[in-house]
Amino acid sequence: MHRSATVFALALALPAVDPQSAAAMPLVADLSSREIAITTGFSGADLLLFGATDGEGDVVVVVRGPVRREVVRRKERIAGIWLNGTSVAFDDVPGFYFIASSRPLDQVTPPETLRKLQIGVAHLSLPTASAHDKDRAESFRSGLRRAMVARNLYSETAAPVAVLGNRLFRTEIRFPANVPTGVYTAETYLFRGGQLTGSTKTPVIVRKAGVEARIFDFAQEQAALYGVVAIVVALVAGWLAGLMFRKA
Amino acid sequence: MQVYLPIAEISLNALLLLGLGGMVGFLSGMFGVGGGFLMTPLLIFIGVPPAVAVGTEANQVVASSASGALAHWRRGNVDLKMGILLLAGGFLGSSFGVWLFTSLRQLGQLDLVIALCYVAFLGIIGALMVAESGRAWLRSHISAMPRRKLHRHTWMHGLPFKMRFRRSKLYISALLPVSIGFFVGILSAIMGVGGGFIMVPAMIYLLGMPTSVVIGTSLFQIIFVTANVTFLQSLNNQTVDIVLALLLVLGSVVGAQLGTRFGMRLRSEHLRGLLGAIVLAVAGRVAFDLTVTPESLFDLGGERRH
Repeated sequence: MHRSATVFALALALPAVDPQSAAAMPLVADLSSREIAITTGFSGADLLLFGATDGEGDVVVVVRGPVRREVVRRKERIAGIWLNGTSVAFDDVPGFYFIASSRPLDQVTPPETLRKLQIGVAHLSLPTASAHDKDRAESFRSGLRRAMVARNLYSETAAPVAVLGNRLFRTEIRFPANVPTGVYTAETYLFRGGQLTGSTKTPVIVRKAGVEARIFDFAQEQAALYGVVAIVVALVAGWLAGLMFRKA
Repeated sequence: MQVYLPIAEISLNALLLLGLGGMVGFLSGMFGVGGGFLMTPLLIFIGVPPAVAVGTEANQVVASSASGALAHWRRGNVDLKMGILLLAGGFLGSSFGVWLFTSLRQLGQLDLVIALCYVAFLGIIGALMVAESGRAWLRSHISAMPRRKLHRHTWMHGLPFKMRFRRSKLYISALLPVSIGFFVGILSAIMGVGGGFIMVPAMIYLLGMPTSVVIGTSLFQIIFVTANVTFLQSLNNQTVDIVLALLLVLGSVVGAQLGTRFGMRLRSEHLRGLLGAIVLAVAGRVAFDLTVTPESLFDLGGERRH
């Protein structure tokens, strides 16, 4: 109940298309679905982002996952054993980052613009949580980027955006099975001659659904009772197995 | 068939998990061990986060030891007095172990400590088992080997709080079973094992209990200690995945049946030698992972997500 109310409020707060007439806008975009439900058989999901422009231009699509603090630890070798050594904490780290572009990014717009809009994994600002760590953070920051790419959570290179007749465009967004839950934003940018001429933002909700959601909430909210249930389930399973042993 | 595990937050093949449960169940039925020491590293190897692997495995051991303990209880192979003292130590030890687990997780050193515990304890126990079965093999082939004395009086018999254990035919200090239980409880919480592989040799060689009551009594203790670990891990760390545990239990129930039948055909010193070799292989594998240069020098984690 509580969750669906939040989803509804978000959908109202961040409309995909501004309430002006669509004809006056250089860019409109929408998704095949605004919600990804993680259920028992979940093995990742594909969403289709599609839209139209009012003429020629480069289309860039960025999907950002919910941000959180992430601690990056450097492995150090002590007495032949690799262990976690120094660590740096980063704030505002998106749990997911997808990018697609109709042309290679460096041909779309200058790097300053990409950095300002945080387009491309290399241009994510990823500030350190503590000002102390500023100077030594760079190697940790690129380690963080690589770790997220290795987990298929960040896309290293831009996926293609297909453009039809300089008007319609579409791209497929792949969400792997390990996506974090939360509110995502799908942003679409239109560039002309390197200048940003339009952008839209659409929220996407990734949430656990069905039995999975109930088990997870149960474990988080009523941890003691969950522990008791886990024990009882195991004892009954063991007892039943014991009965089978005797019969066999 | 992919199944999304709600606590581990990854998607794994259900048949793979059933198969793993079956394989470990087969070995545990064959050798009469819980199998936690094999299952936890295997779960970590297929991508389950170490903290979840340890918490969930404790839950699975509750199920597997419950069915084993019932069978031994019916045959009267449980020394209840000894079991309760072991359990008292086990409760303290496992509670302390879960507290240690939580602190190490916050420090980001949990994975390392889990791995080091595996290398140390499996290495020692595996080597002892192989050596012991080698000696037994020698004894059966060379009859001139000197026999060990049945009872040796050591410092342990001078400890206070002596108690009589009728089922085990022992008169020893209550401190001994309590401290063995305490130590095994800590390992149970940190390694996600029942601890039978340490407790059984300790009961035979340190306490001098008769072999007939050792397995039943240790299983009796393991049910309650792993139940305590399951409860505390759920409460403090939310790392018990019921879906994963159930899949493993299903597989291991079937595997254990087959394993028990197969094990009866083998000679006991061969069984012990084989089990020792498997234990050593697991220790070697974990040690290899610790020392090999990692693909990435940077790792994420240590901070709670919610």
